Amino acid sequence: MQEIALTIRHEVGLHARPAALFVKTANRCKSRITVEKDGQEVNAKSILSVLTLGVGQGAVVTIRAEGEDEMEAIEALRELVMSNFGEEE
Amino acid sequence: MPNLKGVAASPGIALGPAFLYRPLEPRFERQKIEGVEKEIARFKGAVESSKEQLAKIHARTRKEAGSDLADIFEAHLLFLEDPALLDGVEEKIREERINAEAALSEVIDEYAATLAALENEYIRQRAVDVRDVGRRVLRNLLGVSTEPLSTLISPVIVVAHDLTPSDTAQMNKEMVLGFCTAMGGIVSHTAILARMLGIPAVVGLGESVLSLEDGEMIMVDGTEGVVTLHPDEGIVQSYKRQQARFEKGRKEAMRGAKRPAQTKDGHRVEVVANIGDVESARVALEYGAEGVGLLRTEFLFFDRQTMPSEGEQYSTYRAIAEVMGHRPLIIRTLDIGGDKQLPYLEIGEELNPFLGWRAIRLCLSLVDLFKTQLRALLRAAQGHNVKVMFPMIATLEELERAKEILHEAQGELLQEGLPLAQDIEVGIMVETPAAALAIDILAPEADFFSIGTNDLIQYTMACDRTNERLSYLYEPLHPAILRLIKHTIDAAHQAGRWMGMCGEMAGDLEAIPILLGLGLDEFSMNAPAIPRAKAMIRSLSMDEAREIATQALSMTRADEVRNHVRSYIKGRY
Repeated sequence: MQEIALTIRHEVGLHARPAALFVKTANRCKSRITVEKDGQEVNAKSILSVLTLGVGQGAVVTIRAEGEDEMEAIEALRELVMSNFGEEE
Repeated sequence: MPNLKGVAASPGIALGPAFLYRPLEPRFERQKIEGVEKEIARFKGAVESSKEQLAKIHARTRKEAGSDLADIFEAHLLFLEDPALLDGVEEKIREERINAEAALSEVIDEYAATLAALENEYIRQRAVDVRDVGRRVLRNLLGVSTEPLSTLISPVIVVAHDLTPSDTAQMNKEMVLGFCTAMGGIVSHTAILARMLGIPAVVGLGESVLSLEDGEMIMVDGTEGVVTLHPDEGIVQSYKRQQARFEKGRKEAMRGAKRPAQTKDGHRVEVVANIGDVESARVALEYGAEGVGLLRTEFLFFDRQTMPSEGEQYSTYRAIAEVMGHRPLIIRTLDIGGDKQLPYLEIGEELNPFLGWRAIRLCLSLVDLFKTQLRALLRAAQGHNVKVMFPMIATLEELERAKEILHEAQGELLQEGLPLAQDIEVGIMVETPAAALAIDILAPEADFFSIGTNDLIQYTMACDRTNERLSYLYEPLHPAILRLIKHTIDAAHQAGRWMGMCGEMAGDLEAIPILLGLGLDEFSMNAPAIPRAKAMIRSLSMDEAREIATQALSMTRADEVRNHVRSYIKGRY
């Protein structure tokens, strides 16, 4: 299993476009992926579950992936979050 | 049912079959079922149909309204691919052996409730979307049509409780002859949209309008605010004559639209437009607008999840300034408050939003937001005839503070070496009785004034303009309003300032002769009203207008004033 903790810098948090991108990216991977905030862990492939975490700007989330492409999955999600969901100028 | 009286929201007369738009909660019973697999297949079928509909709406919205609005529907699509939602419903059907409708709405309720309870305002707003998606699937399960307004195929009069932007975003506007709504006042979404489209509308008719039947013939008189049910042959004939006259008048007026608004004796006033975006700026010129008396900037801030950036605002203001060329363009700074919530702005619920933290009051405490807008505005103004106008000013201190922030923005831009307008005219809207009574105090700090009658009437008469029970109080020709307007214009002229008006009243053909007689310098209105307003002004001399105004001011009742003007101007335009 792979795991990484990331800070969400985007001004709307994990919501709207960022949440959609996050879930879409997760869905491209075969691994089981979860995202956790404050002890609450949900399926990263479910937009509704991700939204219910209520991840605002500046929150730290832990992403875990388990499966054949777990390395790639973590890397893809890390890149997405680090690039501020592709909005970094 | 007798004829219905409501608020005249958009002029003109329409005759046609009623189309009842009832976006009600789809109804069903929670039932035990036998064939679990069949029920799950039914649910999956409804999800597939919903996805197909959403894909179409998404594509259409992207084309018509741009990607910000379209993103909402993309999110809806994602919800319908969500394993937690799909599996949750399937599991419920399987385990509790209940119908798909019940299983779906229970799962949706759970998610919506969880989201609605979150602290993050952005995400809390998504509860509405989840419910919306739930309703769509439910309608597909029940076989009820989902987008009645987009699938209109013959001309109808749309009858509804009230219409929201999301209802009308999907509407096939070419098939709408008129609007009737139970709720709403002169500035409700329906009213504004109807005026923009030039379609007759009567709003605030009360719940009884909803007992009309689909296909029932009705006549909507948006000038008088009356809806006639089953009009007989005589009424239909008179309607056709009126309609022909209305059309003839409109066409004649259109021919003279580009000519100046000059009275018979050579007194010239400015007739300009109220606009909301680049498109409406172009339309305004077609109608003969001599400039823009009010650019509402709120449109930039609605229907989106984040604040528009300086760059985004700049390019919109700049595009409009370019359409206007050398003509004046008055940009009003953000006029928003508790009655219009934005997902990215925590305004909070207020007991009296119209008397609350709004417009300039809000901008003066959210300095970053305000300054961003001013910077964009100053940059766009460079090389154009752009003026800035502050809404809802009540005190001199507010005006001074607003100008201070404007000067700070100018200083910043200078330092950054960005091109900007260094001498920009600053005006205020006269919307509070406090400003109207203190023009002389405000004049040294203001280059011009513009009366915002919608709010000024509401505040003077102490009536909520969206409350249809009080629509009798919302009367522009009431003696108290006329006196206040006269005082305002006189005070501005004494101080050597010009006075404009950008509320509904400025485009009201029955108010124009009075306003002209009172000495109003600039009339700003919805573009379609411009040709006839100009024709009206050209048909009068200043002596006549002054006489109409003087007599009007001596009257005690609004209807008396209206009849007086009517008899004077009959057949004149």
